[in-house]
Amino acid sequence: MALHSAVKGKLISVIGDEDTCVGFLLGGVGEINKNRHSNFMVVDKNTAVSEIEDCFKRFLKRDDIDIILINQNVAEIIRHVVDSHNSPVPAILEIPSKDHPYDSSKDSILRRAKGMFNPEDMF
Amino acid sequence: MSQSDRLPIFPSRGAQMLMKVRLKGAQTGHSLLKKKADALQMRFRMILTKIIETKTLMGEVMKEAAFSLAEAKFTTGDFNQVVLQNVTKAQIKIRTKKDNVAGVTLPVFECYQDGTDTYELAGLARGGQQLAKLKKNYQNAVKLLVELASLQTSFVTLDEVIKITNRRVNAIEHVIIPKIENTLHYIISELDEVEREEFYRLKKIQDKKKAIKKAKEALAAAQRALNENLEQQQPANILDEGDEDILF
Repeated sequence: MALHSAVKGKLISVIGDEDTCVGFLLGGVGEINKNRHSNFMVVDKNTAVSEIEDCFKRFLKRDDIDIILINQNVAEIIRHVVDSHNSPVPAILEIPSKDHPYDSSKDSILRRAKGMFNPEDMF
Repeated sequence: MSQSDRLPIFPSRGAQMLMKVRLKGAQTGHSLLKKKADALQMRFRMILTKIIETKTLMGEVMKEAAFSLAEAKFTTGDFNQVVLQNVTKAQIKIRTKKDNVAGVTLPVFECYQDGTDTYELAGLARGGQQLAKLKKNYQNAVKLLVELASLQTSFVTLDEVIKITNRRVNAIEHVIIPKIENTLHYIISELDEVEREEFYRLKKIQDKKKAIKKAKEALAAAQRALNENLEQQQPANILDEGDEDILF
């Protein structure tokens, strides 16, 4: 399987608000597979938390996805699920969304990094 | 020194040699692991600074991308639904390569273009330039994010490996080496004890032998004294009868 998927090339998936998704889709990351499952999810204010969680877990289980991009405000909603994922693949990247500026203190990875170093020599 | 502090082994010369070899092995292993941990730590710090740089850069790039999206929307009108509905095949895909740092394989992601642009005709009527700019901005963002993802993956993997290596280094330093040293001390003390016992035994035997020798000598002296006595009696006889009668 590993060899096969290495030849095939993996996907980037996106979970985020409409504008973020549209942007990355125009960038060319979107794909819908044979079973009509997309690799992106649009989150708006009416989306239930359980729905985001399920989608995120589904993306984690898919072996053709290597990177998951997730808006930081969305990641904040399902923080416990994001934090409980600690294997290297798929990599989870928290990205800023249009109306939420990036806050590095909330990022799971950077928080771990800060635990090891002084805040002074971070920047 | 209790039983648990040392290995269960019979104190003998052979076991002592074995323990010496094991101690040597443990020390070599310790220094090697320490070197590995240092190498990993160095790489780890390098990656960490890179991550922080890239994350701040990402903020900029994403801001620019979002801004160009707003520009495109302003000129073209709302195209969100069109884009969301027309997804077919991914144009940008990821390849994984392996990087090796001190025996640890780190995955490195690399993105590549595959297939044609699905939204080739988007913005044909108006705002084509803005859309092209938007696509380019987001493609740049994706490239940066892929780079960041491989850094982040390396970070997580290295973190794990460094923890394991440090645990091993500490285990060897604080558990295995003291245990072997204790065992060595134990063996040496036992061997000394055996040697002292042997020495004492030899002394004892010597004493015994001396006593026996003395007794024998005493006996011999007594015998000799007896003999001398006999001899002292005999010379009178010899004197008496040594001379031949010359007259007759």
